[in-house]
Amino acid sequence: MTQWRPPLSLIGAWLVLLALLALTVTLAYVPLGAGNAIVAMSIGTIKAGIVAAIFMELRHRSGLTLVFAGAGLFWLGILLWLGLMDFLTRT
Amino acid sequence: MSEMNYLTADYTLKSWFLTTDHKRIAILYFASLIFFFFIGGAAATAIRIELATPQADLVSSDIYNRLFTMHGIIMVWFFLIPSIPNTLGNFIVPLMIGARDLAFPRLNLLSWYIFMLGGCTTLFAIFAGGIDTGWTFYTPFSTLYSNSYVIVAAAGVFIAGFSSILTGLNFIVTIHRLRAPGLTWYRLPLFLWSLYATSVILVLATPVLAITLLLIATERFFGVGIFDPRIGGDPLLFQHLFWFYSHPAVYIMILPGMGVVNELISCYSRKQVFGYKFVAWASLAIAAVGFLVWGHHMFVSGQSLVASLVFSFMSFIVAVPSAIKVFNWTATLHKGSIHFDAPMLYALAFIGLFTIGGLTGLFLACLAFDVHATDTYFVVAHFHYIMVGGMVTAYFGGLHYWWPKITGRLYSEYWARTAAVLIFFGFNLTFFPQFILGAEGMPRRYHVYPPEFQLWNVLSSGGAVILAVAYLMPLFYLGYSAFFGRRAPANPWNAPGLEWQTSSPPPGFNFTTQPVVTRAPYQYNRDFQAEPQNA
Repeated sequence: MTQWRPPLSLIGAWLVLLALLALTVTLAYVPLGAGNAIVAMSIGTIKAGIVAAIFMELRHRSGLTLVFAGAGLFWLGILLWLGLMDFLTRT
Repeated sequence: MSEMNYLTADYTLKSWFLTTDHKRIAILYFASLIFFFFIGGAAATAIRIELATPQADLVSSDIYNRLFTMHGIIMVWFFLIPSIPNTLGNFIVPLMIGARDLAFPRLNLLSWYIFMLGGCTTLFAIFAGGIDTGWTFYTPFSTLYSNSYVIVAAAGVFIAGFSSILTGLNFIVTIHRLRAPGLTWYRLPLFLWSLYATSVILVLATPVLAITLLLIATERFFGVGIFDPRIGGDPLLFQHLFWFYSHPAVYIMILPGMGVVNELISCYSRKQVFGYKFVAWASLAIAAVGFLVWGHHMFVSGQSLVASLVFSFMSFIVAVPSAIKVFNWTATLHKGSIHFDAPMLYALAFIGLFTIGGLTGLFLACLAFDVHATDTYFVVAHFHYIMVGGMVTAYFGGLHYWWPKITGRLYSEYWARTAAVLIFFGFNLTFFPQFILGAEGMPRRYHVYPPEFQLWNVLSSGGAVILAVAYLMPLFYLGYSAFFGRRAPANPWNAPGLEWQTSSPPPGFNFTTQPVVTRAPYQYNRDFQAEPQNA
């Protein structure tokens, strides 16, 4: 009987996520001014990309699955766009 | 009734509570929703009794706050949102597409258990002391000041949200993957287009509600500044996130109702739905544009004027696909062979009530009028015309239409028509006076009011009594018919949909042979006479 083991790609992705988390926390204490937010958001985007590509296995999918995954991203864009419209235009 | 069907396959409790048959899961949902409907209805009854007089006679202001919160939370999340998708949808979707079950039967059962866990958690919050924030959980009251079971209730709603997501996923995959041979997208009954659009909203919007409720808990427990301006938060952020879900949730509630009405209007006019493709795409347009209008709930919140103008404009746009549907239903009636059976009475009531609700929604989309009407009974009347006059009426219509398929029995047409007419009159008497009260400036969420508002409030409370009786009636005559009604044939309405091609009630896996579809939906024979009903 063979025992199931998680694929190396999953373990690798998990380790990369932990490393990026550590990097986020470390850089939060380095005074970069407005750069702190940019760095944190960039790392967050990379982490989301790793989750989507590897854990959600979107790198192996095509067609309809990608359309629905893209729809999630598009709808997040709507939330940010119309939400920020209020915050950026308040007097 | 065929000897072996999904009801008679097994009688043990285990066979019900561990079933993966979509039809039995629909029945589990149906029983649960009746329970929640009457809990929410009891709160509404207490509210209307209190408002029959200007003074506080029945409850204190604090209890009144908890009553309307309980009414809202239970009705929105534990009745309206799951009602048509999880009962009629669960039962009918696989039958309509010629499938043996939904794509993920075990996930379907799991969704019911999650729903019940969420419901019980929320009921615990209500009976342990209640919640006084209103169903919207607005911050900073919910996070800083409310001394009630906010977190427990929010946890219940949070849990129930996962049930919605699972159902939405299941429907999307089922409609994509399990359609019978020949059942192309433009041969799908419009009920399925509506449920598909609803499912897209469920999957895309519900996670945002879950995140928002988690953020409330995070701020309340850990003092992290998210919504509280004193620690760096923004109270309007809560409203943006909440309404990003909750406005599309209105379409989660009404789109399935619109889907049911397509089936009813077509069947009882003996005609194809006029402008099929327009109606189909209008469902998706409502789902998409419905995500762009949430800020119309925030016109007086301090939101920027630019944002308010954009949200106001988008709110007018979303009325277009809704209007397409109403005009097309009306055009379907034109020169139809109209039969005023009970489901048709509900469908016609839906069109009228939804139109009033929709048009008054346009009033509220106007910035200037909304400032006057915000937090008045005008708003209360408007959304009840949509959610109760529209959605609940459609639910009752669909329930009657598919009742012979679900139970294998025919109900009393006389009592069903009587209930439908009573619901229509009771509803209008309850809620139309509230438009007038709102226009005259009576605010919502107060249990006392100036004496000059009493006449309209008495009319409204009187209407609520009629409505309550009318809502109870189906419990009796449908309940009676389930056990003692005349046996229904496979196709009592002589309808062409696939769900009518199998026996009533259907067997365990729905069809004895795989159906094949060769023509467009709604190919009705105009000489139809419904099976004579037992009076």
